Amino acid sequence: MIQRTDAIRFNGVGQTFATDSGPLTALESVDLSIERHQFVAVLGPSGCGKSTLLRLAAGLLSPTSGETLIHGVAVDGPHDDIGMVFQQATLLPWATVLDNVTFPAKHKNGRVFRVERERARQVIEAVGLKGFEAQLPAQLSGGMQQRVGIARALFLNPDILLMDEPFSALDALTRDAMGLELLKLWQASPKTVLFITHSIPEAVLLADRVIVMSARPGHVIADRVVPLDRPRDETSLRSPEVQELAAELRQLLMPTLIGGERS
Amino acid sequence: MKQRLLSMPVVLPLLSFVAILIIWELAARVFAIPSYILPAPTRILQGFSAVSAERWLEHVWATLRIALSGFGFAIVLSLPIAVGLAKSRLLSRALYPLLVVIQSVPVVAVAPIIIVVLGTGDAARIVITFMIAFFPLVVSMTTGLMATPPELIELSRSLRAPAYRQITQIRLPYAVPYIFSGLKISITLAVIGAVVSEFVAAQVGIGYFIQFSTSMFKLPQAWAGLVLLVALSLILFQAVSLAQRLLFPWSLPKERR
Repeated sequence: MIQRTDAIRFNGVGQTFATDSGPLTALESVDLSIERHQFVAVLGPSGCGKSTLLRLAAGLLSPTSGETLIHGVAVDGPHDDIGMVFQQATLLPWATVLDNVTFPAKHKNGRVFRVERERARQVIEAVGLKGFEAQLPAQLSGGMQQRVGIARALFLNPDILLMDEPFSALDALTRDAMGLELLKLWQASPKTVLFITHSIPEAVLLADRVIVMSARPGHVIADRVVPLDRPRDETSLRSPEVQELAAELRQLLMPTLIGGERS
Repeated sequence: MKQRLLSMPVVLPLLSFVAILIIWELAARVFAIPSYILPAPTRILQGFSAVSAERWLEHVWATLRIALSGFGFAIVLSLPIAVGLAKSRLLSRALYPLLVVIQSVPVVAVAPIIIVVLGTGDAARIVITFMIAFFPLVVSMTTGLMATPPELIELSRSLRAPAYRQITQIRLPYAVPYIFSGLKISITLAVIGAVVSEFVAAQVGIGYFIQFSTSMFKLPQAWAGLVLLVALSLILFQAVSLAQRLLFPWSLPKERR
């Protein structure tokens, strides 16, 4: 029964913000459902409301119209069945890697139990940072900091992972490597992933489905299944079907960029 | 060897300082500058012996006590105000203009009024010191509390953590670098505040001593008081810096760790 309901579902969701220069419609009648443990990438121009979509799923925003369902239940406020990874790792600069990863427990309950610390060590190992537990964020590279950010999101073992351009601040090589590592983590412990990105190759390489959104007010203009088997690696992008899909996505995105790049 | 010596951080400033002292001393002697205009460094040194060591200590302690009390009150009061300003738009709209008005009042001009209202005791002097030291602290703390990355606030909200933990575990630690810039400005202002209050009404303290000495045209000993005041200010400033280095090493810019 639970398997049949979608992990995330947006039903005719619209979002309007009040700004100094009048109301701003970020999203308009978005209909989108994401199956449990599916990896979905969202592409779109800057300011098309991609991040708004994530915040709606997290319950940090309530939609102006329509509703958001998580596992079939309407979202009516923040909930913690989600892990969030941001564009910048946004770690606590005074806390060690271990303390950063266990921070959700400490922040939520005021203390960290031994089992939780053990679990944090396992997650840190899984993201490839074993041996760095006692380091401060400033001692780590950008890619390693983002690994800590991912470990922090995985620490509470949420069913849903919301990722807001998590690798866009990294250099190209690190970015590719991190994407493939994310796939490994995801395959070892399946989760529903909503992954916002600007990069077509990244979206195609990682996701089961790619959603394309229009410029503001954002709505879904395309929903494509990626014709690629798993597991994938850096050579996966060479297949002709994938090249074709990437070209099509580019075609879809181009018109949204013209006049839409105002952020 | 010479290169290595010159590259040590203290050597160059020390050299230029000593050079200025020598030029000063020579100028004072060669041009026979009267000591009530500019006493030579050696004359200032003699000025220290005008008063007994115990009496100096009394003066220093009086000024230090007022400066630290005013500084302490500034810290204790600015923290809740800064939290209020950062958390509530209503409060910040209601309070901030008021704070700016208070800051715009020249404290030197209000000091006599405060003395009349509160009497010539410590209370008046502490209030004067507080008024000078307070504002930069509130501004830096508020700025610091607002500087938290919005993502961490979202993380906090999604965890449904109690609101006070958002302050204690995220906002306040994030504000530490800002708070310390405020503290460094504030501690030197607190010394100024203490001296101003002693100018207006005091029987002891370095500020009182300088004013008393100048009124008697005993300039070398006034200069000696000034030297002590500078030393006091520097020591307090360094103490604040040291506290930051020891307690919050992560809050320092990278290259200075």
